[in-house]
Amino acid sequence: MSAEAIVRIENLRKRFGANEVLRGIDLQVKRGEVIAIIGKSGSGKSTLLRCINGLETFDEGALGVDGQALRHGDAAAMRALRQRVGMVFQSFNLFPHLSVGRNIMLAPSLVKKRNAAEAQAQAKRLLSRVGLAEKFEAFPDQLSGGQQQRVAIARALAMEPAVLLCDEITSALDPELVGEVLRVVESLADEGMTLLMVTHEMNFARKVADRVVFMHAGRIHEIGPPEALFAAPQTPELRQFLSALHG
Amino acid sequence: MVDFSLWDILRNLLLAARWTVALSLTAFVGGGLVGLALLIVRIAGVKGARQGVALYVQLFQGTPLLMQLFLAYFGLALLGADVPAWVAAALALTLYTSAYLTEIWRGCVEAIPRGQWEASSSLALALGEQLRHVILPQALRLAVPPTVGFAVQVVKGTALASVIGFIELTKAGTMITNATFRPFTVYACVAMMYFALCFPLSAWSRSLERSLRRVR
Repeated sequence: MSAEAIVRIENLRKRFGANEVLRGIDLQVKRGEVIAIIGKSGSGKSTLLRCINGLETFDEGALGVDGQALRHGDAAAMRALRQRVGMVFQSFNLFPHLSVGRNIMLAPSLVKKRNAAEAQAQAKRLLSRVGLAEKFEAFPDQLSGGQQQRVAIARALAMEPAVLLCDEITSALDPELVGEVLRVVESLADEGMTLLMVTHEMNFARKVADRVVFMHAGRIHEIGPPEALFAAPQTPELRQFLSALHG
Repeated sequence: MVDFSLWDILRNLLLAARWTVALSLTAFVGGGLVGLALLIVRIAGVKGARQGVALYVQLFQGTPLLMQLFLAYFGLALLGADVPAWVAAALALTLYTSAYLTEIWRGCVEAIPRGQWEASSSLALALGEQLRHVILPQALRLAVPPTVGFAVQVVKGTALASVIGFIELTKAGTMITNATFRPFTVYACVAMMYFALCFPLSAWSRSLERSLRRVR
């Protein structure tokens, strides 16, 4: 239990009706750490990620980010927590009625009360960082999936989060567009951003993650550095999961 | 016996048509405001609002507008409020319109993908900010054609206000018929005037639908 843990999850439990999807999750993530969450669909990995910024409620346990406890039903606490946690979705979820620039500027202007000039300068900075400097005026439907996802990353970064959650962010992309998005994520990892990502890109997880979490049946089944987990899986479930990927 | 020219008939109908327009506008603006308020309390998840609004909608959608007009006119009189026909008609039509509009708009809001709510929530936007900047602008685009389409129903619905003695287009038509004994001519003129009011609305709704599909 190090003091530097930026995400603290203690005995997290969640049920959908009779189905218990999270059965007591304990996880501490250090500042700057990159965590890859892998596992079969239905293992609870996306639910776990979505609990961290309050998109899902949980039934038992405690969760905190950067010293801010997650308290459902407390609008002010949720707003404070969500300013510390950014999220990028599988389906991008850009706002289709706003230009790329406005997509990025919206939340900082409203929530952080940033003035228009500042917000615009920041949006341009972020866009060039994800390699889309010339797309400020474009609309989301004029961009490829890979470009949309990079805008979504820039939009999340505009709130200057302490932690970034990535929920299968390359799963909806054509194979040739996956690389450009992963390169952006990798550069974030290199710059010391704390990342939790649910991913099916095992090579990427192996290369970028500090720790890999293997989820199975609502529990953290195995956890450790990627070399150990991928080279020497300890449990039959992980062995089976990995061999199914290569098979 | 006085002789009525066609122009006399038309002139008197046109004068009465002003009241049809005024009643339609009142019902639509009032109904729109009440409908929007009901929509927002329903979205905000105010305790009991969902069931309350659903009951309200069912009540107004499940009874004839004619009965609603009678109840507003005679019911308010029973309560001791001496309301003119104009007020009773405006009140009944406003409530009727609000029930339909809030339901139409709820459908439009629900058509916005959940991801839009989730993305704006995860960016720490409060409910009001989400509605104003993310959800309602997109829902509005969906809502325009059915809303304008419903406006046509409201214009035609005002004809029923004639039964409580409010002198709008239909009531004026009846009165003129009684004086001229030319029901076919008079009611043909009345129908043409409703058509002249409603057709532009329908045409506008269709063209909006087309242009909104094209434009982002």
